[in-house]
Amino acid sequence: MFENIGQLMNLFGRTLAALPQTWRQRRKVFEQCFEIGNASLLMVCLLSFFIGATVALVTGPALVERSLASAVGGVVGYAIAKEMAPVMMAILIAGRIGSAMAAEIGSMRVYQEIDALRTMNINPVHYLVLPRVVAMVVCLPLLVIFSIMVGWFGGAVVANCNNLINIPFPVFFSDLRDVVELKDVAHGVIKSVFFSMIVGVVSCHQGLTTIGGPRGIGRSVTKAVVNSIVLVVFADYLLTLILTRLFHS
Amino acid sequence: MNPATHPASGVSLVVRGLRKSYDGQEVIRGVDFEVRPGEIFVVMGPSGSGKSVLLKHLIGLEKADAGEILINGEPVGAPELADKYRMALVFQSGALLTSLSVGENVGLYLTEHRLKSPEEIARIVAEKLADVGLKNTEARLPSELSGGMKKRVAIARALVIEPHLILYDEPTSELDPLSSVMIGEEILNLNRRTGVTTVVVSHDRDLAFGVAHRIALIAEGRILTVGTPDEVRRFDHPLVQQFLHADFSRKRTD
Repeated sequence: MFENIGQLMNLFGRTLAALPQTWRQRRKVFEQCFEIGNASLLMVCLLSFFIGATVALVTGPALVERSLASAVGGVVGYAIAKEMAPVMMAILIAGRIGSAMAAEIGSMRVYQEIDALRTMNINPVHYLVLPRVVAMVVCLPLLVIFSIMVGWFGGAVVANCNNLINIPFPVFFSDLRDVVELKDVAHGVIKSVFFSMIVGVVSCHQGLTTIGGPRGIGRSVTKAVVNSIVLVVFADYLLTLILTRLFHS
Repeated sequence: MNPATHPASGVSLVVRGLRKSYDGQEVIRGVDFEVRPGEIFVVMGPSGSGKSVLLKHLIGLEKADAGEILINGEPVGAPELADKYRMALVFQSGALLTSLSVGENVGLYLTEHRLKSPEEIARIVAEKLADVGLKNTEARLPSELSGGMKKRVAIARALVIEPHLILYDEPTSELDPLSSVMIGEEILNLNRRTGVTTVVVSHDRDLAFGVAHRIALIAEGRILTVGTPDEVRRFDHPLVQQFLHADFSRKRTD
């Protein structure tokens, strides 16, 4: 486990050191951004809408019952912006994009394509890892912003349509604006930057360390997703602790 | 057959006392040999004798436990070596990047190192593909090619590097006899044209005796003998004779 963490940190360091190469690899970064957007936008829409809707459905009736209807917008807005959107998007991206990255790089490793790159003096970190991690860092925060808006909309729809809540759209958003500040959205977006690095580096690392044939690729994909989710949840706690202190001091 | 004498002739390669173990099992057990500039040197031996592992050491993909590999007197792995001498490896599977087209694969070295303009790269790629008999295949994907074509694309990709040393890993494996002959001719032509030092690792006797200036026979991680094809044929060692004369059709008639 410690060896794995060491390797992850090493790959992260090498990716950071390769950052000046980003402009040179811009075409691959754009391709990866397109892949991420293309593969996940519809899922992000659906997932975010129903997360917002569920948060409203769970909290709305209880708050209305206790004469706290004005808090529904705030609770939904707050929960989605600070916690649900960044964490759920990171998990979605780990499952949908991280797994694909691990499979692609893993298959390149198994079928000696990475060795072929090395024989041509092409650094696999520059060629494969950097564009994927940079694209992840660019796209995940954007997806989180999009997810926050869709989630709020989902919450508003349920708050408006559900008989037990029954809060009109303008009232819901006005309550939300009273509670949620820009720094709360920033809180979620900052978290997502860290999550994107975790998912990107973990997935690429699993791909690069794949051994064996197709079974090895399958193992790497599973490990990439599971390890990413575990590290995201762990990092979420730490980041929440740090950011809450930072924004409230 | 003498090594090609060419103005841009290849490098010398010296392997001394090379040893390598995986999980406590010794795969290479003290290998020594020397390859002369411009020579086609074939390392021949049965499957599992350590040929491919040896090849990976020669190009620096693996680190030896002991021993040294020198290219024109300089150790493989030294940072300045890559600037002085170019090396290329044609993998057994071709190892083409499946997400890239044939043209992109062949031009990858030039594109990634920004050595030429896109127009020049396109011209060089077309030229190298024509050299290996694959004109107008730039836009095709590796998945659309046969095994023999993939290997020829891999050779074209190696040619683009203009290597001083080219290594072939089982170039005729999984190929039909006609494709094997074509690959053998390709290896010979390239050596004659450019004078590149060539190391071929193979268990294909026809290829080995057809292209080699000298042959090294390897078994169980050790070199049994090194010599010209005629010298190797005459080498009196049970393993060597067994390997050289193993013949399935004769076994059936016997």
